[in-house]
Amino acid sequence: MVPLEHVIGLSALLFGIGVIGVVTRRNLIVILMSIELMLNAANLAFVGFNRLWPGAPGENALDGQVFVLMVISVAAAEVAVGLGIVIAMFRNRDSVDIDDVSLLKW
Amino acid sequence: MPVEVIVKSLFILLVVVAGLAPVITWIERKQSAVMQDRIGANRADVAGLTVIGLLHPLADVIKLLTKEDVVPYGANRIMHLIAPVIAAVPAVVAYTVIPYGGVYTFGGETISLVAANPDWGLLYVFAIGSIATYGTVMAGWSSNNNWSLLGGLRASAQMISYEVTMGLSVVGIFMVFQTLQLQEMALAQDTTLRLFGFLERLFGVPVPALLGWIRIPAWGVFYQPLGFLMFLATIMAENKRPPFDTPEGESEIIAGYHLEYSGMRFGLFFMSEFIEVVVIAGLVTTLFLGGWSVPWLSQATIIGAISKLFNVEFATGICAIVHFLCFMLKVVVMIWLQMALRWTLPRFRYDQVMDLCWKIILPLSIANILVTGLVILLARGGA
Amino acid sequence: MTVPAILFYVFGALAVLSALGMVLNVRNTVAAAMSLVVTMVSLAGIFVLLEAHLVAVIQVMVYGGAIVVLFLFVVMLLNLRSDDFAPGRARLQKLAGALLAIWLLARVSKGFVSFPPWPPLPPGFGGYRQLGVALYTDYVLLVEVVSLLLTAAIVGALILAKRRID
Repeated sequence: MVPLEHVIGLSALLFGIGVIGVVTRRNLIVILMSIELMLNAANLAFVGFNRLWPGAPGENALDGQVFVLMVISVAAAEVAVGLGIVIAMFRNRDSVDIDDVSLLKW
Repeated sequence: MPVEVIVKSLFILLVVVAGLAPVITWIERKQSAVMQDRIGANRADVAGLTVIGLLHPLADVIKLLTKEDVVPYGANRIMHLIAPVIAAVPAVVAYTVIPYGGVYTFGGETISLVAANPDWGLLYVFAIGSIATYGTVMAGWSSNNNWSLLGGLRASAQMISYEVTMGLSVVGIFMVFQTLQLQEMALAQDTTLRLFGFLERLFGVPVPALLGWIRIPAWGVFYQPLGFLMFLATIMAENKRPPFDTPEGESEIIAGYHLEYSGMRFGLFFMSEFIEVVVIAGLVTTLFLGGWSVPWLSQATIIGAISKLFNVEFATGICAIVHFLCFMLKVVVMIWLQMALRWTLPRFRYDQVMDLCWKIILPLSIANILVTGLVILLARGGA
Repeated sequence: MTVPAILFYVFGALAVLSALGMVLNVRNTVAAAMSLVVTMVSLAGIFVLLEAHLVAVIQVMVYGGAIVVLFLFVVMLLNLRSDDFAPGRARLQKLAGALLAIWLLARVSKGFVSFPPWPPLPPGFGGYRQLGVALYTDYVLLVEVVSLLLTAAIVGALILAKRRID
């Protein structure tokens, strides 16, 4: 099995790709998907660290994986509400382009 | 070890996929014909011999292979190409965890007649089933056609709704059998229960000797009758079997998401539906109808009875064949039941399908979990 | 190079390539969502290699089987076609994004100490029994709070997507 540095490196790489997605894309749905990618990268880091330091057996041995389950639940809730916002926005302005909803001056 | 897995997987592929799925097309035509008081398809013949229409599956395959493959104008070619594959592969792969025989020892070596028995066996089927959604969705989107889009939309909403209730309906079975592995569940259903034993466990009333000898096989359907009905309904809706086939509603949106497919691509969709029929039958058999176990005759009884005539090895082999035939018999009964349901009930309306999932089956399945937990707690003495 | 190591690199490369395919795919939103599914499933494969079996199955079921289908559902409902960058801004934005990502990567990799080797694990680690016991004895408050959160999310999504509040 590969050393943990490679797992964390992969997690950082996926996180970076997610950041590129959030910053450069204009389509709100792709932005939401890039946020999901970043959450997945964090999950990978959690699981990797949990494998390395499992904790004493019988007490808190699976902390990382429990937290991953919580992150997945929170991501599901966020996607539901986010897509509700996308539908409401589409109904108002007929586009999901974030540049069209920007009311700032510059 | 890998050779064993390969042999079992090949067996599943040859018997189930290549053997049973074409036969089911024949069963569907003939059973619907018998139920509707007509003769059915019996014209395909070889040298003048029509074998009550059993050559029609062969004729179907030849026709589908030789038809022209049409990709509609403006369609996304790559997605149009991959969608049937994504729809068909999960149906075949879901069969790897279903046990078609028990655990036998042949002179020191234990063979378990299931291709893979991971720790989280049944969750694998649910995960693979949730991937199968994408074949339908991609087929609906990539065909550049309004009817296909409508069919794909309906299919995606229906399939993800029924995944939730499908998982919740079998939580009662997990609680009763204390395991997620399908082979363990089938092994646990190999015994018999006393019919009135629940009086003793729940209420502390000793069973009178007059009624104590009545035994029923310890099948899942007797532990969880409501779970059986709910699981059957939800897994038929998940696989878009009639009466839940609004995504491919033939009278409303022509053919729904597989409208723009012809030739063997349509054949893949067609075959995957029938392979899913076998998967439904196999899953319901293993979870609720005792799997490969013969009712009232446990494995030890069968081996003991046969080994009076032959030696133990041969008796174990014959027991394996008996168990496999019993499993196939139960699978055929479940296939017959699904075909009967298809040709009896009219198609549900789309809002009725969604109402059924979220307003009826979801509260019922949660109530089922609560009641099952309560009964298990009482049966163990209220610890 | 043992088999788990080879599998890790294969899954990792697949995850990175499909993540790039999702982020850089400008023309087709549905293809971007499909690439996200490939990323999710390859990450689930890596979870299995890291002995987190139940988490891997739940990742495929919830992320790959429900969340991305929800994305696809919205894309198909709103019938979204392609989007394009405005020409001048696109280059600046991509450059800014790439620089930000590279800076993040460098910051994280600077903090790499050398980790100890993998310890042996107790049997049943990452299986559903241990995780279930942990969830419902040590972390039961977390489970209850998350259920409240999901209820709030359901109500919020319903209200946001309704046509008229009447």
